[in-house]
Amino acid sequence: MKQTAFVLASLLACAATGAGAQTVPAPVQPDEVFSPKDIGHALSAPTPDAGKTAPSAANAPPDDGQWKMPAKNFAATRFSSLNELTPANVKQLQPLLTFSLNANKGQEAAPIVADNTMYVVTSYPNYVYALDLTKEGAPLKWKFAPKPVPASQGVACCDVVNRGGTVDDGKYIFNTLDGQTIALDTKTGKPIWRTLLGNINLGETLTMAPLVAKGHVYVGDSGGEMGVRGWLAALDESTGKLQWKAYSTGPDAEVLIGAEYKAPYPMEAGKDLGVSTWPAQSWKIGGGTVWGWVNYDADLDEILYGTANPGPWNATQRPGDNKWTSGIFARDPASGTARWFYQFTPHDEHDYDGINEQILLDMPFGGKMHKVLVHLDRNGYVYVIDRTNGRVLSADPYGPVNTSRGVDLQTGRLILNPAKETKLGEEIHNICPTASGSKDWNPSSFSPQTGLLYIPHENMCMDWIDMKVNYIAGTPFVGANVHMKPGPGGNRGELTAWDPVRRRPAWVVKENFPIWSGTVVTAGDLVFYGTMDGWFKALNAHTGEALWKYKMDSGVIGQPISYRGPDGHQYIAVLSGVGGWAGAVVSGPIDPRDGSAALGMVSAVSDLPKYTTAGGTLYVFTLPH
Amino acid sequence: MCSRFPISCVAVGLALLAGCSKSSQSAVASAPPTSIPGVIDTALTPGVGHSLTTTNPQAARYYDNADAVTTGKRLFNQYNCSGCHSNGGGGMGPSLMDDEWIYGGRLEQIHQTLVEGRPNGMPAWGGKIPDEQLWQIAAYVRSMSLPATLEAQNGDTPSQTPAPVPREAANDNGWAAPPGTTNHYTSTTEGPHQ
Repeated sequence: MKQTAFVLASLLACAATGAGAQTVPAPVQPDEVFSPKDIGHALSAPTPDAGKTAPSAANAPPDDGQWKMPAKNFAATRFSSLNELTPANVKQLQPLLTFSLNANKGQEAAPIVADNTMYVVTSYPNYVYALDLTKEGAPLKWKFAPKPVPASQGVACCDVVNRGGTVDDGKYIFNTLDGQTIALDTKTGKPIWRTLLGNINLGETLTMAPLVAKGHVYVGDSGGEMGVRGWLAALDESTGKLQWKAYSTGPDAEVLIGAEYKAPYPMEAGKDLGVSTWPAQSWKIGGGTVWGWVNYDADLDEILYGTANPGPWNATQRPGDNKWTSGIFARDPASGTARWFYQFTPHDEHDYDGINEQILLDMPFGGKMHKVLVHLDRNGYVYVIDRTNGRVLSADPYGPVNTSRGVDLQTGRLILNPAKETKLGEEIHNICPTASGSKDWNPSSFSPQTGLLYIPHENMCMDWIDMKVNYIAGTPFVGANVHMKPGPGGNRGELTAWDPVRRRPAWVVKENFPIWSGTVVTAGDLVFYGTMDGWFKALNAHTGEALWKYKMDSGVIGQPISYRGPDGHQYIAVLSGVGGWAGAVVSGPIDPRDGSAALGMVSAVSDLPKYTTAGGTLYVFTLPH
Repeated sequence: MCSRFPISCVAVGLALLAGCSKSSQSAVASAPPTSIPGVIDTALTPGVGHSLTTTNPQAARYYDNADAVTTGKRLFNQYNCSGCHSNGGGGMGPSLMDDEWIYGGRLEQIHQTLVEGRPNGMPAWGGKIPDEQLWQIAAYVRSMSLPATLEAQNGDTPSQTPAPVPREAANDNGWAAPPGTTNHYTSTTEGPHQ
């Protein structure tokens, strides 16, 4: 064979250079980041005696043992009032059943339990399974295959994930990667309606979990790395018909900003800021997608959601504050009109999306009770915001930060550190937090028993160089070469139990890899979460003490839940299946020798393929009984 | 269709095989064809007992061509290929610096992938990018996994010093058995054909 010589030479060369992973870069030194006490600010000193921190009854009704939406309730506490499992008996926790999802990309969804049936949606191709919990082994009641267009995989920035569906009024409602929102009949698995909202040829996909409230289905787009224009849409829950669409950029008429809008700070006030804070026409391709969590606040009858990063990542191509990206909107749930907006990161230069979870609490602050939302932003701060007006009460770092020196609580503005601003053609080193943030999309939980938030997050930093990028519809619009690295200490993940009243961590558990799973906390004072290298763990909610762990078939990036089975016992369910942005080096055809791969994530986690492989399995755990 | 009627498939043989393959233009001949429409991007060719390779004479001048790969590198960023494939390690799209070629690793095969797109997310660039540039991008993509390119990597940003694609690379579709494999059957690849 005449080609043998060449092939042999290339193989030997491969062996010589080593086909294995790059070395993970050295951690950033602790003196490169600011001290929390120097950059954390509050409008007043903690007043923990002024009342007990808890969600309102309207936002977190008494627990019926089901788990009908990913966040558990409108307050998004992810708190289960079930207490059969305790620190004393959790060592006996064991798997009751597993179920293969037949999909091997990252599984980010929460299993949903309603009427003794469990519903699971997978990563692309977005299969939906309904399992009968009343029968031994939870046999399949039905399966639905939505058949998303395969090409949609090519415009999904960070693995082809799905963050879950929700059950309401006899429907299981979920999104597909290629832009559909679908309502299935929970009894039959047949579609009641399907609505196409996204256009993959503009780079739009759907990965978020829709929120259902008051007869509306709220859906937002993904594609912030593709030059799409962000929006939130409201659909009629019974018909799927589009009711309104509120864009995150552009003229007020399309952002649905009108007379009802009240700016919390002067920086959020002005006509058509969604146009004037951009170079000409750039708002049309400016991002601000809505791929994270939407809350309905039953106390104030409003919806709350964050907007993602502005595009492109190269901020030198879009001077200005880039409204209304990297912030949070409060809107009227029926009309969609904006009530207030607050921008966490004006003119974002580091991919700090504002889409992370909000937890709605009634909390003592300044000597009296306030209706607040707690938001864990990518930019590194725990924001406690008065949800009646959008004003920040406190903002404290919960991970390493050197891109900013805190939030100016008079103006509301993030105080940037010029040394870590990104530049065209010049590499800026040791930027903290990294592009995926002090934490990404994976949601925290809150226990009214401990008063603590359980924040699953990252400890990573990065090097970044801006590069000129052209807009070509349907292709990436990024313009940055990024290499991520571990933060101070070298542990790439942390689970922080945060006291929002006292503005400090109660305890911190370190993890080797970034934590990309959600957390759930139970009335038995247990916190559950998964790791990217494949452990599912239980901690004592008061102390962080490790009590139990189980090795899964693949890394865990899903959202664990706790529910009551038909037999009255407590169950814990979670999906395994590593992937997502942080795990794409395992789930995607990615070469760990390129540190800039997967938008620079691979540099920091190039060793993950040594620990786990791709998978996709539902696990259900319970005590022996 | 064949899987439902395996016996008749075998019995009827060539005529039915033609009906099974969407791309077949005529009944499969037992002798190597002198002209094959399109570019073969699979190691399976029915009816001949071995893999066939097609070639496009336009590819020839992009081998041993340093200018093609450096221009291709610039175009790879300019047209946002790097947005999906990074500097060869992949992301939204697959890695290009490894030795796996799903649709073949010869320049006409890579060129065809660029022109036609692929169903799992690769856009169809034919008619959007001048053909000359598509060949230059194909040369750069092929260069990414060359030993000479990988050896030149300094740090964890590969493919910054792309080596020209040697003419011998055209001998490897990407699906030949690895060297050292004991071959107990006689022929694996035939071609190239035009």
